[in-house]
Parts: sequence; C-alpha cells; structure tokens
Amino acid sequence: MLAWTIYISFIGVLVLMLLPREAARAARIIALLTAIAGCVVAFAGAAQQASPGEVATIVKVPWIPAIGASYYLAADGISLVLVVLTGLASVAGILFSWNIEKRTKEFFAFYLALIGGVYGVFLSFDVLLLFMFYELTIIPKYFLIARWGSTRKEYGAMKLALYSFVGSHLVLIGLIAAWVVARAQTGHATLDLLELSRVPFPLSFQHWVFPLVFVGFGILAGLWPFHTWAPTGHVAAPTAGSMLLAGVVMKLGAYGCLRVAMVLFPEGVRMWQGEIAALAVIGIIYGAGVALVQRDFKFVIGYSSVSHMGFVLLGLATLNTIGLSGAVLQMFSHGIIAGLLFAVVGRMVYDRTHTRDFNDLQTMQLGKLLPFAGVTFVLAGMASMGLPGFSGFVAELQVLMGAWTVFPKTTLLAGVGIVVGVAYTLRAMQKAFYSDAPLDKSGHDHPLEPISVPERIGAAMLIAASLVIGLFPGLLLNWIQPCLNSPLFERLLKGGSL
Amino acid sequence: MNYLEVFRAAAPETALAITVLLVLAVDMIAMRGESIQRRFQAGALISIIGCLMAAFFTFLHYGYTDPLHGLLVVDSLTNFLKLVLLALTVFTVLISTSGKFTEHVGEYLSLVLLATIGLMLLVSAEDLLMIFISLELASLSLYILTAFNKRNARSSEAALKYFLFGGMSAAFLLFGFSLLYGLSGSTNLPQIAANLAGRELDPLLLVAIVTTVIGFGFKVAAVPFHLWAPDAYEGAPTPSAAFIASGSKVASFYILAKILTLGFAGAEGSAVWHGYGSGWTPVMAVVAALSMVLGNLTAIVQSSVKRLLAYSAIAHAGYMLLGVLANTPFSRTALLFYVITYALTVLGAFGVVTVVEEATGGDAIQNFAGLSRRAPGLSLCLLVFLLSLAGIPPLAGFIGKFFLFSAVAGADSNHLGLLWLVILAILMSAVSFYYYLRVLKQAYVLDAAENAPAIKVPWVTMFALVLLAGLVILLGCAPGLLTRFL
Repeated sequence: MLAWTIYISFIGVLVLMLLPREAARAARIIALLTAIAGCVVAFAGAAQQASPGEVATIVKVPWIPAIGASYYLAADGISLVLVVLTGLASVAGILFSWNIEKRTKEFFAFYLALIGGVYGVFLSFDVLLLFMFYELTIIPKYFLIARWGSTRKEYGAMKLALYSFVGSHLVLIGLIAAWVVARAQTGHATLDLLELSRVPFPLSFQHWVFPLVFVGFGILAGLWPFHTWAPTGHVAAPTAGSMLLAGVVMKLGAYGCLRVAMVLFPEGVRMWQGEIAALAVIGIIYGAGVALVQRDFKFVIGYSSVSHMGFVLLGLATLNTIGLSGAVLQMFSHGIIAGLLFAVVGRMVYDRTHTRDFNDLQTMQLGKLLPFAGVTFVLAGMASMGLPGFSGFVAELQVLMGAWTVFPKTTLLAGVGIVVGVAYTLRAMQKAFYSDAPLDKSGHDHPLEPISVPERIGAAMLIAASLVIGLFPGLLLNWIQPCLNSPLFERLLKGGSL
Repeated sequence: MNYLEVFRAAAPETALAITVLLVLAVDMIAMRGESIQRRFQAGALISIIGCLMAAFFTFLHYGYTDPLHGLLVVDSLTNFLKLVLLALTVFTVLISTSGKFTEHVGEYLSLVLLATIGLMLLVSAEDLLMIFISLELASLSLYILTAFNKRNARSSEAALKYFLFGGMSAAFLLFGFSLLYGLSGSTNLPQIAANLAGRELDPLLLVAIVTTVIGFGFKVAAVPFHLWAPDAYEGAPTPSAAFIASGSKVASFYILAKILTLGFAGAEGSAVWHGYGSGWTPVMAVVAALSMVLGNLTAIVQSSVKRLLAYSAIAHAGYMLLGVLANTPFSRTALLFYVITYALTVLGAFGVVTVVEEATGGDAIQNFAGLSRRAPGLSLCLLVFLLSLAGIPPLAGFIGKFFLFSAVAGADSNHLGLLWLVILAILMSAVSFYYYLRVLKQAYVLDAAENAPAIKVPWVTMFALVLLAGLVILLGCAPGLLTRFL
C-alpha cells in the first residue's frame, strides 16, 4: 500500500503535464489533492504495519537479474517515520506555495516529482533502487530553485545540484565496490540491502569505503565542511523549495548515512565514530554561530538547519539505541520545524514585504502588522530552541543522552550549540517581529496582504505535528526503537554501551 | 564454397545495396522537378522500406553461419547489432527529412545507406582484410556526408579535416594489420590468436598493437586522436553528425573489442593498479583515462552545442574503452548495452539540435533559451536525452554506466585493481553533469527573446524523437529488454 505514495506522486506529475498552460488554479488543486492523497496513504500504510520492528515487504520482483537488482520496496519503523514526515511536509509545502503564479503547472510538476523521488528513497530496500530515487530528486530540485527562486537563484541551484551529484557519485563508487566485494565473497551478485548487510566486508575495505559513502550521503545532510550548499540553496529556493530542502531532502542524506553507509559497513562506523562526532559538533556550533550574525532572515534559518542537522549526525555517531533513535526523531522534528520557519520567512514575510534584511524588517513592526506570522514564528522558534513540549526537545535530549555516554566532552560542546541556538532564534524573533525601532512609513504605502487561509492551515498543521510528537514522543519511538533492536541493526549496535 | 549460403548470409546487405540504387534512380529520374521536401519524403520512404527489408532478411537468418572463413560471420549477436544499425539508420533518415542543407537528396540518402552497409559488414567481419574494406566503405561515405552542406565553408573544412585524419588512421591500421599478418601468417582473427599464442610480447607485436589502437583511436575519437571530432561534428550537417556519432560508434566499438579480445588474445597485459603488465590493456587504460578527463573538462567551456556533444562523445568513448579493456563476458554485454543506448540517446540529442538549428539559425547554447516555452515537447525530449547522457536515473544512460562501471570494477574482483579507472570515470561523469545542465538551464530556466515565436517541429522528426526518448526511458527502467540479446 505504501508504494502508492510513490505512484500517486508521479501520476500527479503526468496529470499536471497534460494540463493546459493557463490552468493555474486547476494545477494547484490537483497538486494539493495529490499531496493529500500521498499523505493519507502514508498515514494509513503506517498505521497498517503491525510490527514496525520488522522490514515489511511491499513489493519485491526481480528487476535486473544479471547484477542482482530487484524492484524491492519495503518499510520498517524508520522508513515509516520519514514517509509520514514527507507526507506532512509535501502538503504543507503546497499550502505555502498557493501564490505561485508564474508557470504554475510546471512548478507543481517538478514539486511532485521531487516528492515522489523522496518517498521512493525512504521505501527502497534495494541499494540500486534507492540510489536511483536519490538521484532522481536532484533534477526537480535544480529547476525549482533556478526557475522560481530568488537571491542568486541560478548560482544556488547549480551549487546544490553539483554538490548533490558529486555526493551521489561518491556513493556510487562505494556501492559498486561493495557490490564487487560482496559478489567475490558470497559467490552471487546482489544489491538487496538486507543481504548486503549480512556480508562480512573485510575491515580494510570498510575502512576506506565507509567514509566515502558516509560523506557522499552526508553532503546532502549538511555535514560540515560540505554544508555550504545548504545556506545558499535554502536562501535561493522558493518557499516550498526551502521547506522541502530542509524538511525532507536533508533527511535523504541522513537517511542514506544510516540506512546504507552505517548498516552495510558497521565496522567502518566504529573506526570513524570519533571523526563523525567531531564534524557533527563543529557543524552544530558553526551553524549556530554563523546564524547569530546574519542580516538576512532566511540565512539565519538556513544556517540553523546546518546546526540542527548536526544533532542528527551526532546521534548517528553515538552507535547506541538512544542516540540513534534520537537522531531519527530529530530528522522528523527538524523536518517539521524547519519547514515551518522557512514558511514564515519565505511566504509570510518575504512574499509580502519583499525584503529579508533585518534592518528593513525592524522598521516595519511586523508583529503588529502580521500578528499571525509573529505568533507562528514564536511557536516555531520555541520548538527550534528545544523547549519542552515540542518535538525538538525530546529529539535533542535523546541525542545528547546517547552522546554523553560515548563522548562526554564533545557533548558539552554540543550543549553550547544549543545555547547559541536560543540566542540566534531570539535575536531573529526580536529583529523581525518585535523590534521597538520607530516605524518607517515610507516603505509601504499599501497595506500588507493578510495571511491567507492556506497559510493558516499549513502553519497549524505543522505546529500541531511538532506539539503532538513533543507531548507524545512514544508515537514515533514505538516505531523507531523496535527497528533498532531488529537484526538489521544488530551488527551496528552490538558494540554500543546502552 | 556454397554460394547460396553466402547469398543468404549477405542478404540484408544486398537488400540495402539494391535500395541504394533505387533511391538514386528514383530521385534522378522521377523526382527531378519536385521540391526538396517532396524528394526527401519519397527518398526517405524508399530508404526506410529498404531498411525494413534488410531487417526482415536479418530476422530470416538468425542462426550461426560462416560461409567464407571469417569474411562474413553471422550469428545472433551480429544479427542483433545489424538490426540496431538499421534502426539507427532509419532514425537518421527520419531526422534528415526536414533538412534544407542540400539539394542532392538521392545522393545524400544513398550515402547514408552505403555507410550502413559498410558498418553492417564490419560487424560481421572476423578477417583483417574484410574489416579494413568495410571500415573504409563506411568511412568514405561518412567523409562525403560531412561535406554535404556545400554552401557552408565549415562543412567542407570539417570534411577535409575528417578525411585527412581518417586517411592517416587508415594508414596506421593497415600498418598494424600488415605486421600482424607478418607475425602470424594469417588474416583471420581466431587464427592469428592461435598462431600468436605462447609468443613473448616482442617489440614487433607491441608496434602492431599500438598502431591498431591508434587506428581505431581515430575512429572512435579517443584522446589523443580526437582532434577531428569537434570540427567534424560542428561543421557537418547535423543529421550526418548524428550518424557519425551513433551508427559508426556502435560498429567501431564492437569491432575494436573483437580485434583486441580475439586477435590479441594472450597479449592483454594488465592495467591493474600496482600490478602493471605490458600488453594492450594498459595502452587502452591510458587512452581511456585521457579521453574521460580531456573530453569532460573541455566540454565545460564549449559554447556550441554540437561541439559540446562532440567533446562529450570523446568522454563517452573513454568510458566505453573501459568496457573494452575489462575483457570479461559481463563487460562485453555492458559495453554493447552502453554503446547502443548511447547511440540512441545521442541521435536524439542531435535530432533536437537539428530542429533548433533550422528554427533559430544556429546551435549556440543561447539559441536554446526558452525552448521549454517555444517547443515544450521538443525540450522535454532534450531533457531526457541530455540527462541520460549525464547518467541520471531512471534513464538508459544511468543503467549503462552502472553496468559498465560495475563490470570494470568486477573484472579483477579479488583486488579491485581496476577500481582506479572506475573512480576516475565516476568523478569525471560528475563533472559532465555541469555542462549538460548548462544546456538544460537555457531551455528551462532562461526566457527566450520577447517576441520569439513558437517553434514548429516537423511531425516526422517529432515522431522519431518521441520514439527515441521513449526507448531511452524504457531501456533505463527495463534494461533486460536489451541485455537478453547481447
């Protein structure tokens, strides 16, 4: 059933392509219905899955027998978390791009193609298939940003596309090498993730191939120092683009790190555990520090994404159940919260004021003009800072608990990152919405357009998701934790201490 | 010798040869006063029927036969490749029909068919003489096809360059072949291998290897023998360039692999990292590595799309040479899959360029600006072709690369000795993404000039392009449809 999330999205793309050029309204509605249908299927399929600890096969047919590739879609609890996240983020993204007037149908066609690819990655259990969906997402990303973006959009789009492509090619080298070694060891060719995960790759091989694959995926997860696509890409992207980039695309990278790099090469992870944690913490602190001094509202959120994704990577590096489950929870939580923050900055503020510069925004008193935007940003900011009650708190707490047992000093530094996170969020909140600088009337003679209904619904949806998971983290942890105790993660976690 | 058997084996080529005469005669006699458009349509119709007849005869005789001791070896694989060549010819003819580059319609079409005959014979040859003769038949036709745009000085220049380089490469090839004959006393490839077996790798054999590689290096446009390619691709009428890049590539790579693996069996040497052994594989490794690096890096700075495709062709030749040097059954399948899908893709890309060139008067990258608005269907086809060349899934180019690279890496599976070449190829292919995206950026991101009218695409061309794009997608999603024949 879950496979229909992929198919529905691509059917949506086809339908949109057949629409006449002028039918902007119809394109919006079709896109929204497609995304809602995908989201409903995602929830229903997730609810149907009886034991999330096991890998439930959805479809498995031989595809290219010569190299052992099969069309193998399946889901375990971790996939479910991310599929549900994709469903929510895709609906919200469309609600926040209701105002796209320029080449509407093409915008939504690329948008849905991206979503379809993302669902595909989260549901693939054949590494070639996973890789194919992963690369499939690059093209729509590029066009969404280059065509509908702002601020140096062509540069940002090309940078993102090249970073993604280089990253995925590092992964490709690793996959081909792993395929060859696995064939030499087991005597038959396979690309099945579960089979590959049982192959005892030689230690010397894991030593060089793991960092290759991990960094290859990590580029998309905002791994420092390969994160530089993220701020420029996020800033250049249209609102829905940045929501998806931060909301789900960065998760593709983190998911690939966990699902492919770490599961296939568990010994490799242990060899490089310290280095990954160090890079993650540098990312946390660096992202937060840079966010603190930005003048552009959107860059603040862009760098905060790098910082928050650092927690995901730190969680992955812990190699214990609590750290890993924190990492997966953080993927979900950041997907929701970053989406919301970008929606406020890009759609609610920038599309109305046409500026993101704090110096200009300070003089507008947006907190009074757009109270809904202000309140939304306060809530999203609280979630982002990791206040209890929101999803970010549970996730980051788990990551830090997991990390504390393995690398206590590094964890202290990550804590510093959280403090800086509070600082830059409060600074952005104050400068953009609640500044007491005198009102400058010259800038806007015509009143700002009020917050529309789709925006209200989208914002409410995302805030609710973050609150629900913050108050009842068990909803997702019941999916994640059985997974981590499953045979698939056994080799990875048996050395962990918790 | 059984002449009936010979005739049956050569029936497809014979059918094509008759078609050549027919096309010429009809165009000369019956169509004199008609417009070029009409003459092209009539000629194309006859050519396509001829190709279908040839395909029919190929089907009719699908078993193994070798009536002339290596001059004409027919088996299911060569038959399949002939079908591929015929299909590529049909597509080339289809995208030529809207062309306005020549009034010598009959001559143009008959030369395309003659080149096809040469390539088909080449695929079937296992004898040095036959290889040389059919290669020359194909090459001479292609030289003339390059010069066909008489009103354009660049076309003549390109043809002359192509001809001079081609003549030189033929000389090298002959030199290598004569040494090979002198060493082994035979012109038959399996016989040569048998006679050379057990022989030390002496300087004479090494010279034979090197000159043969040089000769074919010119044909497949591998660095450092690539200099003719960009000029020829740019100056030639676009459909001719399409055929040089597609049909001729398929046959040349097949025969190159055949000569090296059959004729020089036993003199492979090794291109493994830290395990170097002299022979033909290290020579190929160097040529392949140079082609991949130079082709991809030079393509980045091109402003003409045809030149860009030429440099990308050099780069792709580099990848394909990897498939030759890996020299395993799987790598042969991978190589053929790659070269066939590449031919289909590049033919389509040139088809799009043909239309854009006709409509905007040039093939500079800026001429593609706003194509997605001016001709949505056409630019969608371009998207498919270029992304396939870049190796984006789920298109045929991606699966081709995956096959090829995994075959090369798996050739020495215990030590991953050829992985260095694969790593180089994959990194270079990441570079290639940039320049394909540059063209697509023009088509999809930038806008055309304010009053640029919609581009009307001739329906025949559109039909051919949609078919090609469909094939590229289909073979990417279900590569088994093709690999089962290879």
